[in-house]
Amino acid sequence: MKSIYEYYAKWIREGRLKPNSDWNKDLKIKFTLQDPCQIVRKSFGDTIAEDLRYAVKAVVGEENFIDMYPNKSNNYCCGGGGGFLQSGFKKERLEYGKIKDRQIKKTGASYVIAACHNCHAQIHELSDVYESHYQVVHFWSLLALSLGILGPNERAYLGDDLKDVWVFHPETEM
Amino acid sequence: MAESIIKISGKQKSKIMDKVKEILPEGGNLNLCLTCGACSSGCPATGLDNMDPRKFLRMAALGMDEQILASDWPWMCTMCQRCIYVCPMKIDIPQLVFNVRAMRPRDERPKGIVGSCDMALRNESCSAMGATPDDFTFVVEDVLEEYVEAQPEFTDMKAPVDKQGAEFFLNQNSREPVTEPDEMVPLWKILHTAGVDWTYGSKGWGGENYCMFISDDESWEKIVRVKAKQTDDLGVKTYLSTE
Repeated sequence: MKSIYEYYAKWIREGRLKPNSDWNKDLKIKFTLQDPCQIVRKSFGDTIAEDLRYAVKAVVGEENFIDMYPNKSNNYCCGGGGGFLQSGFKKERLEYGKIKDRQIKKTGASYVIAACHNCHAQIHELSDVYESHYQVVHFWSLLALSLGILGPNERAYLGDDLKDVWVFHPETEM
Repeated sequence: MAESIIKISGKQKSKIMDKVKEILPEGGNLNLCLTCGACSSGCPATGLDNMDPRKFLRMAALGMDEQILASDWPWMCTMCQRCIYVCPMKIDIPQLVFNVRAMRPRDERPKGIVGSCDMALRNESCSAMGATPDDFTFVVEDVLEEYVEAQPEFTDMKAPVDKQGAEFFLNQNSREPVTEPDEMVPLWKILHTAGVDWTYGSKGWGGENYCMFISDDESWEKIVRVKAKQTDDLGVKTYLSTE
């Protein structure tokens, strides 16, 4: 049992994937990263957190990555895990997420890379409820973008600032 | 002098804490609490339902079983384990929470989580959204066909289901095939570009397992075994979690 985040970094190091961050050279869009508790603190530790950052920096450009504080194994849970999203305790869940929302806003990043579906759903809702205006993305969208292979219909979570960047087969837009 | 002395009604029998200590390695260190409060000061669930991790542990230590079982707080703790990470004694409060969850009758646990677990038990997909193996295979094949046609650079791309002897067994969160299938495609293209030999399983493809969150050990294990068996039956060595 392995996590794909270890392999993204491995495949980039081995040259099997060649992401290019030039798309963000002038745009300078800032990204931060949610370390999922389950993947980092509870399973693979700081090693995979470092792998994730290596891959993220290769994709968005090192100068455009801003870490939250605290981070990696010491990161705060977003409040989406452990069944909280399905538990029915919505008011408490959003209260729980205030720490995460503040942490994200402090980075000034306009995108949060959520490396887990629970984190993705929770942080998306936090951004809406607290009107914090950051977008939440899966890493695969950004990796594919930086490889020049992300089509127009594969951008559900990208904001308007990224809808037209390096579009693969733009004529297939639906 | 304090106005009155708080009286604790002696050592109670079959305390929650004793039961949990019996099943945890090293008793989960539950007796080692220094009451320093590092857990609570760094816990986002502190204050919810008038509870925090230190208070929860102290109540268990004092045998306040009734109050603990009546609290909804165990469902507001995500068992993220940050408390263990910062605890000088490495006390396993999340395991205490997990076992307290299990002490509630199953039909009184949060319906949303129970429903997602039950859905996954309905067929061998193990999908919390109930999609069947046939549904999944159809969606994957349909989406793949559409994309290889529209993006000819990927004519040779595959999204195999049940490929024998592949290097990786990939799981898939149900959200994509069920509600936003286009979101599966970037990952397929990345894997194709990197030349990765992978497969989904028609059985056990669902990445999620809500039975764990309702502390239903039997169902949790059942789902894990379906996924492990499919991986073994296909002769795949590595189960690769996509998150």
